[in-house]
Amino acid sequence: MDREKVIEVKNLVKKFGSFTANDNLTFDVYKGEIFGFLGANGAGKTTAMKILCGLSKPSSGDIRIVGYDVYHETERIKNSIGYMSQKFSLYDDLTVWENFRFFGGIYGLSRKEIESQTQLLLNRLGIWSYKDRIISSIPLGWKQKLAFSVAIMHRPAIVFLDEPTGGVDPVTRRQFWDLIYQAASEGYTVFVTTHYMDEAEYCDRVSIMVDGRIRALDTPENLKSTFDCQDMQDVFIKLAREAKYQ
Amino acid sequence: MIAFIKKEVQHILRDYRTMIILFGMPLIQVLIFGFAITNEIKNANLVVIDHAKDYQSVRLIQKMTSSGYFKLSGYASTVDESEQLFKSGKAKQILVIENDFAEGLRQNSARIQIISDATDPNVAEQLKNYTIGIISSFTAEQRDLPSPALKVNVSSQMYFNPELKGVFLFVPGTMAVILMLVSAMMTSISIAREKETGTMEVLLVSPLKPWQIIVGKVTPYVVLSFINALTILALGFWVFGLPIQGSFILLLAEILLYIIMSLSLGIFISTISSTQQIAMMLSMFALMLPTILLSGFVFPIENMPSFLQGLSCIMPSRWFIIIVRDIMLRGNGLTHIWMETMILCLMILFFLGLSIKNFKVRLQ
Amino acid sequence: MIFILPIVQLLILSYTATFEIKTTRLAIVDQDGSVSSRDLISSFSGSGFFKIKQFCNSVKEAEELLYSRKVHQILVIENGFEQNLKTSEKGGKIHLLVDAVDGSAAGIRAGYAQQVINQYVKKINLEILGVSRFQEPITIEYSNWYNPMMKYTVFMVPGILVLLITLIGMFLTSMNIVKEKEIGTIEQINVTPIRKWQFIAGKLFPFWVIGLFELAFGLVVARVVFGITVAGSYPLLFSIAAIYLIMVMSLGLLVSTLVETQQQAMFISWFFLVIFILLSGLFTATESMPQWVQYFNYFNPVAYFIKVIRLLVLKGAGLAQLYNIILVMIAYAGLALTLAVLRYKKTV
Repeated sequence: MDREKVIEVKNLVKKFGSFTANDNLTFDVYKGEIFGFLGANGAGKTTAMKILCGLSKPSSGDIRIVGYDVYHETERIKNSIGYMSQKFSLYDDLTVWENFRFFGGIYGLSRKEIESQTQLLLNRLGIWSYKDRIISSIPLGWKQKLAFSVAIMHRPAIVFLDEPTGGVDPVTRRQFWDLIYQAASEGYTVFVTTHYMDEAEYCDRVSIMVDGRIRALDTPENLKSTFDCQDMQDVFIKLAREAKYQ
Repeated sequence: MIAFIKKEVQHILRDYRTMIILFGMPLIQVLIFGFAITNEIKNANLVVIDHAKDYQSVRLIQKMTSSGYFKLSGYASTVDESEQLFKSGKAKQILVIENDFAEGLRQNSARIQIISDATDPNVAEQLKNYTIGIISSFTAEQRDLPSPALKVNVSSQMYFNPELKGVFLFVPGTMAVILMLVSAMMTSISIAREKETGTMEVLLVSPLKPWQIIVGKVTPYVVLSFINALTILALGFWVFGLPIQGSFILLLAEILLYIIMSLSLGIFISTISSTQQIAMMLSMFALMLPTILLSGFVFPIENMPSFLQGLSCIMPSRWFIIIVRDIMLRGNGLTHIWMETMILCLMILFFLGLSIKNFKVRLQ
Repeated sequence: MIFILPIVQLLILSYTATFEIKTTRLAIVDQDGSVSSRDLISSFSGSGFFKIKQFCNSVKEAEELLYSRKVHQILVIENGFEQNLKTSEKGGKIHLLVDAVDGSAAGIRAGYAQQVINQYVKKINLEILGVSRFQEPITIEYSNWYNPMMKYTVFMVPGILVLLITLIGMFLTSMNIVKEKEIGTIEQINVTPIRKWQFIAGKLFPFWVIGLFELAFGLVVARVVFGITVAGSYPLLFSIAAIYLIMVMSLGLLVSTLVETQQQAMFISWFFLVIFILLSGLFTATESMPQWVQYFNYFNPVAYFIKVIRLLVLKGAGLAQLYNIILVMIAYAGLALTLAVLRYKKTV
């Protein structure tokens, strides 16, 4: 494989006291890939994701994000990633434009860049006219798309999406995945956690965590044939049943 | 960072209701304290039972009611009847003048009874003292008493507040409470809100360093608090003639110190509360009430039981109020308040240290 | 939580909210150093109220104690006090220097000092002139009704109970309803067949019960800890409290229609409560306040209840004395509730 690795994880271990949240994770994510990070609640997804974002330090292991080491170069890492949480995390009492200006500002974009990026991203969504509306008056589906646009505004190498489609209807979810595809085709690497197994099918590769370990990692097609299942839903259920704590 | 402050200001400006309260509150409070709250007693309801009904008793009653302290609320004929008046709140004190008052005055055998409504002991005591004063000046007018051969001439001098104005006492306290409200409560709530809505996570993932997030968050509140403090000082100065005897610069510096202290307390509260509601409850009940009660704002600390006096020592506002009163009224400089200032500094270090520790634990 | 907190507050408040002055720290500058001046000083030290902190050689030295808050008062006995006491027409000269930062306390402290001095004058005159020539023409008898021990807690505890009930009624109600609004459950209610007034009643009822329960609990604490018993009738007390709760809960509901977030609800309730409480007569008598406050208090629910509860609990007032206040309270409650419900229906 000569594709560029943007996330390299070797033997990642994270312990909280005697509890091991992440047990010896090893995987790579390639540039331009949509990487699905699956697991039941409590399997250790969030812990691993926090480490990859530089929010938390691993107990041991060798982890590099865009070539930067998570122990010492978290500041560089933070500049080259985007993040969208499950709560969509925009400021409800500010307007769309004010949100863009703020998030652009904290990533050190110039005013010009902020303006051009906002225009580009809003036009792509076709909601330029929403520019001066207060976020709280905008439907949930649009908020979610806006949050994604904000997350890639500073052109990060990787975007982390933490359960980005919670509480959204199937049509909007489909539209949201179109956005993700588009971003991937432009060279963004997308690292996404989700509960929806149909979404797992959209990913280039999927890893499934059980009890803090990566139990399976491959393309959805290969996973289905390996585990002899009809769809990802069955693969997931088959693996999740092995968990000690259900 | 500037983007951050700008955003924070927008949050504050957009919530105009809170803005109005934040600026209206200190104004109203100082005005109420200045104009309405007074420990001086005026127009207390007096009921008279006049058994004597002679010219002397009438003169005494007149003297009582023209003093300004009392207002004649009615006459009663028996003590039982007057009890009804106590119960309906129509009497604060009852004056009973016994039979043959005029005659008794001549023979040094006149008798008077004062029945006080002692539910409020301070008022009862004060009214009693007023009455004694009125009666003794009444007797002095009545006839030539042998003037005592030995006399003492007392001259009193009221330091720091010659007109005994209550507002002098309350302004520093109002300032302490409002600054605590704006700084500690508002910051803790606004940080908790970021946590609740998930924006805090996004901020932490961004290249902003934690101290930048904090400074960006608190700067607008520092400004707000300062404006409030100046408003209160201006109101006190121009409306109520509250002087600033000591150094104005020192006063501003101490106010800034207290604001920083409140902010670090607010940051600390936000690190231990996960939602806005918890932050609100914590600041309301664990912060505001003790700030008002245990700081010497309204009730003097030295009157409290020693356990509560000890508790009051951990209230930042207690020390701040001492500092402000010292600078404004007593005109003292740092030599008198260095200890209080040090305590505030230590508190800042303590709360910031705790916050950093909590913050690190969360990130671990 | 909702029960422990108020009780802790009741206890702490009752002990802190006191204007009772127990002691005065005194510095003495005795420039005379005579038998008479020492005699006067011992009158002060024997009074029990004054604590002599320090004897100073100069006024300057004593003033420093005043500036550093170590003493409340300075007594300066002027040089030649004994001489002047006996010979001068004006009498022996003394100065009283008082720290008046707390104006009212300063007044009371100066009053006590004056009393001690008067006693002293009386005493020395008696010693020299004999009893008969210095007899008062009027004998005054005193009695303190309802609170013979003159305890401040007796006065404050019922008022603080009012405070706690008010907090529950206004604060919790407004915040709770706004919370519903914030998290959107009100929209869910709107699709159910429940009528809005039923919804409001359902929301208010628990707080109403909690408020009454808290009053009962508070009365128990008042009795056990402070020995305060209700002089009037319990059913009447609770009926009035029930009316009062409706008054403040309606105001809480009204506040909730004016705001969007819990934070705003809290600030607005807080704002009005501070004004209501300060002007209600809880701490200082309303009669002494200016006329506009008296008018304002017609709209101040706290003022009504403070008045009623003190009359009823401490003096045992009954329906006969209280009926007109109760009627006003009922009218107020009805009006406020109607207004609040109407406005609520419109806004949500």
